[in-house]
Amino acid sequence: MESKHVHEQIAAMRQSFFNEEVLNENFSQLEQLEGKDNPNFVEEVFTMYLRDSIAFLETIEEAMKTIPIDSIKVDSILHQLKGSSASVGANKVLKEVNKTRQVLGKGNLERTKASILELRKEYDSFKAKLEPYFQLKQANSMAQEK
Amino acid sequence: MNVSSVKGSMSISSSTSTWKAGDTISDQFPAGLRVLVVDDDPTCLMILEKMLIACLYKVTKCNRAETALSKLRENKNGYDIVLSDVHMPDMDGFKLLEHIGLEMDLPVIMMSADDGKQVVMKGVTHGACDYLIKPVRIEALKNIWQHVVRKRKNEWKEFEQSGSVEEGDRQPKQSDDADYSSSANEGNWKGSKKRKDEEEETDERDDTSTLKKPRVVWSVELHQQFVAAVNQLGIDKAVPKKILELMNVPGLTRENVASHLQKYRLYLRRLSGVSQHQSNLSTIISAQDPTFGSLSSLSGLDLQTLAATGQLPAQSLARLQAAGLGRATAKSGIPITLVDQRNIFSFENPKLRFGEGQQQHMTNKQQVNLLHGIPTTMEPKQLVSLRHAAQSIGNMNMQVPPHGAQNSQNNPLLMQMGQQQQQSRGQILVDSTINHAPRLSSSMGQPILSNGIATNVSSRNGIPENIRAPGYSQTPSMLNFPVNHASELPGNSFALGSTPGVSILTSKGAFQEDVNSEIKGSGGLMPSYDVFNDLNQHKPQSWELQNVGMAFDTSQHSNSLQGNLDLTQSALGQQGFSSGQMNGHNRSAAVANKAMFSTGDVKELGSAQNVNQHLNNLLVDNTIRVKSERVCDTSPANIFPDHFGQDDLMSALLKQQESVASSENEFDFDGYSMNNIPV
Repeated sequence: MESKHVHEQIAAMRQSFFNEEVLNENFSQLEQLEGKDNPNFVEEVFTMYLRDSIAFLETIEEAMKTIPIDSIKVDSILHQLKGSSASVGANKVLKEVNKTRQVLGKGNLERTKASILELRKEYDSFKAKLEPYFQLKQANSMAQEK
Repeated sequence: MNVSSVKGSMSISSSTSTWKAGDTISDQFPAGLRVLVVDDDPTCLMILEKMLIACLYKVTKCNRAETALSKLRENKNGYDIVLSDVHMPDMDGFKLLEHIGLEMDLPVIMMSADDGKQVVMKGVTHGACDYLIKPVRIEALKNIWQHVVRKRKNEWKEFEQSGSVEEGDRQPKQSDDADYSSSANEGNWKGSKKRKDEEEETDERDDTSTLKKPRVVWSVELHQQFVAAVNQLGIDKAVPKKILELMNVPGLTRENVASHLQKYRLYLRRLSGVSQHQSNLSTIISAQDPTFGSLSSLSGLDLQTLAATGQLPAQSLARLQAAGLGRATAKSGIPITLVDQRNIFSFENPKLRFGEGQQQHMTNKQQVNLLHGIPTTMEPKQLVSLRHAAQSIGNMNMQVPPHGAQNSQNNPLLMQMGQQQQQSRGQILVDSTINHAPRLSSSMGQPILSNGIATNVSSRNGIPENIRAPGYSQTPSMLNFPVNHASELPGNSFALGSTPGVSILTSKGAFQEDVNSEIKGSGGLMPSYDVFNDLNQHKPQSWELQNVGMAFDTSQHSNSLQGNLDLTQSALGQQGFSSGQMNGHNRSAAVANKAMFSTGDVKELGSAQNVNQHLNNLLVDNTIRVKSERVCDTSPANIFPDHFGQDDLMSALLKQQESVASSENEFDFDGYSMNNIPV
């Protein structure tokens, strides 16, 4: 009951991610890769992703402060962020990344900065949603083991 | 069977062995496929690793390209396929791709979040056998084994085609899986490979059956030794036994040498015979690589050519390899070869392929020697003709040198040519050629280039297997081929000058436009292919040079080369069309100019474009000839599948040479005198 409740909660959370398009089908792919041997695979991947992407974002924010802005560098980081976000299924983050790259490509500095802020927001929101999800999962599985 | 012993030749043999381990292997295949995945993003790397494991592959991951390369080098036969990201901090994915292609000749799949057409095209031209867009789905990974199988199959086929009779029973692969398990298959592959492998891996020869025998890897050094020996003996008198004695390499068998010689001869022939595709190549070249500038639409050869061309610019080596080895990663058929050749020259130049373009200039020289062989002999006027020829030969890039080299001296290893006067000329060629190669692997050094090229040339089809080895190394060796022949190809220099070189120089784009028809053929531009020299002995050289100069349209070489060679030779002679020019744009342009000047007409060299045009002019004359002469080789181009890299060119050249050789006779060239060139 307790665990069932948590189970349902977890499932509901997960579903909401898909509904809101925070996550896309790539996330499901990752889930499929999980198995007995590596029950926490998805969580590990996400931990890694969140850690790396925050570093990317911070680097970008720093780069945006320099004058003149090294847009090649920024674009290259965005490119990397694009790849990893796509691979984990971070849908909204990915969209923001793409948008930012586009704007950056056009050379509009102000818009780029604004876009990066948006990206950051999206990322923070993503993190805020996924972390409790994984925590819950983790707690649940531990509880189940008991 | 000792799977381990097979580990060598990654290509087929290794895979085969792995798979073949017992009869159960075939059932399990593609399970156990040894994949090396390279990606600087840890998240992606983790996911990919997981997916690959889920596919039952054996995965090794790296987050840096350098690490990946060293892993591959340590254990050349330890992997079946490589998956690499395009954007990496320490090394560009395409560069890695080239290196791998040249050194190990493994199938490489590129990955990127970028799905832009340009980037994908770049992958193609650089020789990637596939390109996956991130996020990579597991379904896409489930099928990557096909590339390994295909590659092996092609190599095997090429090997066979190269006419290695010695290979013995080559039975066509019955089926992928079945083949692997069947000893017959292995025998086939192994047979050919075995020879090569034997030489390189004596220990691997212990394996239980031929199956396991790792292919003998004809490294650049080895190939150079081979070429030197052949030159010393004289291409006509070069018999495997004597070559073996001269080379004095422990573990090398007469058989290895014999099959390699066969390939080499084919390569030389190819060099001379390339002509047809040139036109195609030019178009393709232009079309392909943006670097080249405005590439015109890709012609039929398209992919292949593009690959070839594309490759050149980016990774001439890779291409050469591909060409030489006959790796058909992407390209297939001769067109590629031609393209490659052209590319090599043209692209190389722009790209600075030769001798790493800028830096290696000196080194290129050495490598260029290969080319030198070719161009050196070319007199200016020959150069002019060469140009034409070159263009047609296009691919001949590599090949051309030899012709030019005509000096017997040149040949001993194109590299050595550098030493000789040809150097100047050859350099160009070599440079270009080398550039191609070196470009890919600066670390590899230039020799590799020549080997790669050389090897490719010689085998192109057949050799691919053997030559594949060192990748670049092969190419360079290829170059060597021509060198040996020296004498005939005064063109070497011509190659540079004449033409196609110009086109080459002008960097692809220019190359194509101007040269298009003419230069393209010039595969011959590859100045340093001594191989051509050999084949053509008289005639080839002329066109070889041309090829060099021209555009490597090897396909056209055969005949046109001859005529052109004369022209180019003269033209190139002076300049030594340093195909090397191809190396970098600058260089190439410079070289081209030089080469051009040599021809006299080229004066305009100043700009590659001019040169091209000049070449065109030259070519025009020659083109006529070339065209008529073309006869031969269409195939050469085709012969080099996918990898247009130097290898391809080499092989193409070689092939052309071979074809040309035959055609030459028809033409009756005697010298490279333009006058004689029958139109």
